Amino acid sequence: MVTTDQAQPKPVVMPLDGPVKIAARGVNLWYGAKQALFDVDLDVGANQVTALIGPSGCGKSTFLRCINRMNDTIPTARVVGDIRLDGEDIYSPAVDVVHLRARVGMVFQKPNPFPKSIYDNVAYGPRIHGLAESKSHLDDIVRFSLERAGLWKEVADRLPQPGTGLSGGQQQRLCIARAIAVSPEVILMDEPCSALDPIATARIEELIDDLRDNFTIAIVTHSMQQAARVSQRTAFFHLGILVEAGPTEQIFTSPLDQRTQDYVTGRFG
Amino acid sequence: MTDIAEKPDVAPPLASAARRAQVARRLKKRYAAEARFRFLGLLAVSVAIAFLVLLVGTQLIQGVPAFLASKLEISVTLDPAKIDPDGTGDPKVIGDANYRDLLLSALQTRFPEAQDRRQRRDLLGLVSTNATYDLRDMVLAEPALIGQTVTISVYTDDVVDLYRKGKIEVGDPDAKLSDFQVQALAQLEADGALYTTFNSALFVNSASREPESAGLLGAVVGSLLTLVVTLGIAFPLGVAAAVYLEEFAPKNRWTDLIEVNINNLAAVPSIVFGLLGLALFLNLFGMPRSAPLVGGLVLSLQALPIIIIAGRAAIKAVPPSIREAALGMGASRIQTVSHHILPLSMPGMLTGAILGMAHALGETAPLLMIGMVAFVADVPAGFTSPATVLPVQIYLWADFPERAFVDRTSAAILTLLVFLLLMNATAIYLRKKFERKW
Amino acid sequence: MSSPLLILVILGLTLVGFWLGRSGALRANGGKTRGLHSLPGYYGYYVALWCGVPALLIAAAWMVSQDALVSNLVLAALPADAAGGDPARMTLFMTDVRNLAEGNIVSRVVDPALQAAADHYVSLHQMASYALTAVVVAAAVAGLTYARRRIVPTLRARNAVETAVTGALMVASILAVLTTVGIILSLLFESLRFFHQVPLTDFLFGLHWSPQTALRADQAGSSGSFGAVPLFAGTLLITSIAMAVAAPIGLMSAIYMSEYAGRRTRGFLKPILEILAGIPTVVYGFFAALTIAPFVREMGEALGLTVASESALAAGVVMGIMIVPFVSSLSDDVMTAVPQAMRDGSFGLGATKSETIKKVIFPAALPGIVGALLLAVSRAIGETMIVVMAAGLAANLTANPFSAVTTVTVQVATLLVGDQEFDSPKTLATFALGLVLFMVTLCLNIVALRIVRRYREQYE
Repeated sequence: MVTTDQAQPKPVVMPLDGPVKIAARGVNLWYGAKQALFDVDLDVGANQVTALIGPSGCGKSTFLRCINRMNDTIPTARVVGDIRLDGEDIYSPAVDVVHLRARVGMVFQKPNPFPKSIYDNVAYGPRIHGLAESKSHLDDIVRFSLERAGLWKEVADRLPQPGTGLSGGQQQRLCIARAIAVSPEVILMDEPCSALDPIATARIEELIDDLRDNFTIAIVTHSMQQAARVSQRTAFFHLGILVEAGPTEQIFTSPLDQRTQDYVTGRFG
Repeated sequence: MTDIAEKPDVAPPLASAARRAQVARRLKKRYAAEARFRFLGLLAVSVAIAFLVLLVGTQLIQGVPAFLASKLEISVTLDPAKIDPDGTGDPKVIGDANYRDLLLSALQTRFPEAQDRRQRRDLLGLVSTNATYDLRDMVLAEPALIGQTVTISVYTDDVVDLYRKGKIEVGDPDAKLSDFQVQALAQLEADGALYTTFNSALFVNSASREPESAGLLGAVVGSLLTLVVTLGIAFPLGVAAAVYLEEFAPKNRWTDLIEVNINNLAAVPSIVFGLLGLALFLNLFGMPRSAPLVGGLVLSLQALPIIIIAGRAAIKAVPPSIREAALGMGASRIQTVSHHILPLSMPGMLTGAILGMAHALGETAPLLMIGMVAFVADVPAGFTSPATVLPVQIYLWADFPERAFVDRTSAAILTLLVFLLLMNATAIYLRKKFERKW
Repeated sequence: MSSPLLILVILGLTLVGFWLGRSGALRANGGKTRGLHSLPGYYGYYVALWCGVPALLIAAAWMVSQDALVSNLVLAALPADAAGGDPARMTLFMTDVRNLAEGNIVSRVVDPALQAAADHYVSLHQMASYALTAVVVAAAVAGLTYARRRIVPTLRARNAVETAVTGALMVASILAVLTTVGIILSLLFESLRFFHQVPLTDFLFGLHWSPQTALRADQAGSSGSFGAVPLFAGTLLITSIAMAVAAPIGLMSAIYMSEYAGRRTRGFLKPILEILAGIPTVVYGFFAALTIAPFVREMGEALGLTVASESALAAGVVMGIMIVPFVSSLSDDVMTAVPQAMRDGSFGLGATKSETIKKVIFPAALPGIVGALLLAVSRAIGETMIVVMAAGLAANLTANPFSAVTTVTVQVATLLVGDQEFDSPKTLATFALGLVLFMVTLCLNIVALRIVRRYREQYE
């Protein structure tokens, strides 16, 4: 692997005690000539919430986008390394990116419902992947997903209305429902609450905690409180390097690396 | 709040493994659709480009031969008895002489076997009708030649030219070549008297009914005069309007109206501008028909919105900090504009103006309305003399029945395209050269 | 004095005014710049403006109205029988008078009445031109003296000059509005005259179009019928064919270039497509008439169809290709404006590129695309040269793309070319057609521009 800063101390990564869903080894990423990730090794545990924290531009979102190969859509991005989903290398030529993204869903920073009805937003994934056998099956999937996202009660009577007409928090839950509808194994969330008010944020956080039963979740967040509230495991990124990863409680109470300590105590960031 | 974590009363519709299999099953079909769609896109672009290639290609194939023309070298005896029997030297007598007869005798000397009237007519038919006038002009310019035998080069008739280029066969209904003419041509060819040369008539002559002496000079000059008027009116007015709208106009309903109006004007059919020109400039103001002045006025009204829109974009590109700096120094708004904004946005405005002019150069329809279709055999002398322009000349030639005009129309099109290419290249060069990143 | 010379004289006076104003201000202030309200140059401009602007305005107004005035005077002075009372014949008569006066070829025998009128015409013009010179020079000198007198060091010359310049800039921007007003008024005015002769309903709903009217009352021939429905139908047919070509090719090209092509391919393809928009329409017309029409005809005949040599299909297809770059560059813009978040959202769910385009980007960009297509339709309706050269003159009421049809623009162009009588319904009809054309394209443009604008605001 290229250009790891030798002066940096080795990352402190506490091993997982549960089953591993995603295992990343030696992930490097370049945007054109600029390197954004340096040799990241990180495991994401099955059916738990892993929080990625760190100051702006530290590479946490970039790493998240590597997991379902969203970086493929950026022409200048180049990834070197090995990321395995259930032991299968997702960057191998045999893996189909469309198939991968059906298994690894994503929720974005700003709610981005399509300019379509609420129903069509949720039905979008099942339709493109051909998951529903009939109209009533599709109705079931939509209902299930909206219920799972805690939005059903609010929108049950206005499914044909445009998704863009909902409030910000509802839009984001709609996007979560949209992701759930494909029944993925992993849901990646890229600062899902940064555009929301505190009440909407609280509802999403509860939802995340609840979804953990069925899904593996990786969430990028700016807020350390949020990481502490929703995650079981936390990884701290700094300048494109994974500094420390371990159980959330440990990261926030007794981090092993000085930089993590400085960050969680609010000395920088 | 806690009811958010409600457990759905519906079971998950699909188990994970089943779903994975289902997605995988459909992948092939979806990728086929993807490839089809992408192919359609590529196809669309290819069709458009193929059409462009076809369009320019046919013009090249038809037009390039028209830049060459056949000439016949022939010795003419300038018999004083036929030109100026009394030796008066009076230009009127010399001018009125029968040069057709002189030409005919020259041809007959070469082909003594031509005896009957039909054959003699055929012989004369080999050379351009205008050759007699060329001969007359030569003698008028240099009367000392009378009495001598001179070798002159005349353009052949257009049919002969086409025949030599292999564009028509003897049997064609278009090719009115008699057997005698074909034989005569073969002999002349063998003598080396027939030769192909650059068709300078195309650039030094003006319109003519005879294809072999028809040229573009009058139309090019007409276009030039028209464009001078257009640029002279539209550019200052367009810049002034752009400056006012960007720098001075209050943002209210009135300026909104002006804005909407300018955008609309840019999309009004050109023929409507022609009607305006006809009703306003010709009928109301009594301006002369067919004049470059009126053509220029009409085209400037049409180019105005284009130049205003480009000008506004250029002014918008100047960062506000420069404006604030100048105003902060105590400059008045006019001074700010004339010292800073205008010089900085001038390249952009010029680019817009050149593109507007290129557009005006290719415009035909409104000029038909104001009579610029007149058959003008001379180079226009000024802004108010009758004139035509290049695209109108193309339109006129396209309508002429002679086969040779098809080639000449294409040659005229190529000439027009070269002018447009030059203008656009200049605009691109300007844009590249003065492009500024703030 | 000839008009260019007169203008030169005024410009000379203006220069003198500038110099007088500048030096006058300095002299009034004891030769110092300090203490003057404005820079000395502004006093110069102040005087120059007062000297030049009123004089040039008077000259312009005079020149515009002189010919009409002189013509009326000549006509008024004519013996009653020379031209009759008929306005159309008077117009023709005046044309001859003018031609005779200018030494051009005259279309009739020069009789004494005509000669007298021409002499009268020349002498009136001569007189008017002397008067003009006198008035304009007087105005320039008066303006100069007035302004020169007003110069004192405290005169706010800069403000006055800047107000004048701002006013001039404003006038320039109003000119665009005046153009529109001019178009509407001239079309409306002539159309009203047409509708005096031909009822509006006959024009709008009549099924038969043959504008050839008898030139003289005693001439045999039809009286002309002006039912414009065949023209509207022809325009619609050709526009539909054009859009059937331009919409798919333009949209798919835009999609290919904005979503599939790499940056370099795009940078290479886009200018090539835009060349299509830069080629003059007369070139397309020639190409349609000479290359495409025979081809269409041969194809049609090979299939056993009867195809007119000037078929709607050939003109429509070529027009469609001409419009492709409008559709593609406008819809390219609107699709690029769809936020990346929409694409991310779709890709993140595992959609392929074409699914994302068809199901997310295209619906999101639809209003903008509709706007672009409407603009293209407006362009197709107003296009003239291609149809003039390739579609023909036969006013057939048909939906068969292989037959010859004619359009509104073809009729406007051909009826006005050549000799024309300005009062015949045949000539006036073109203005009525022009009015319809203007109204339809205006509505299309306004609606389209509004849609596009609203669409842009939505994503800004």
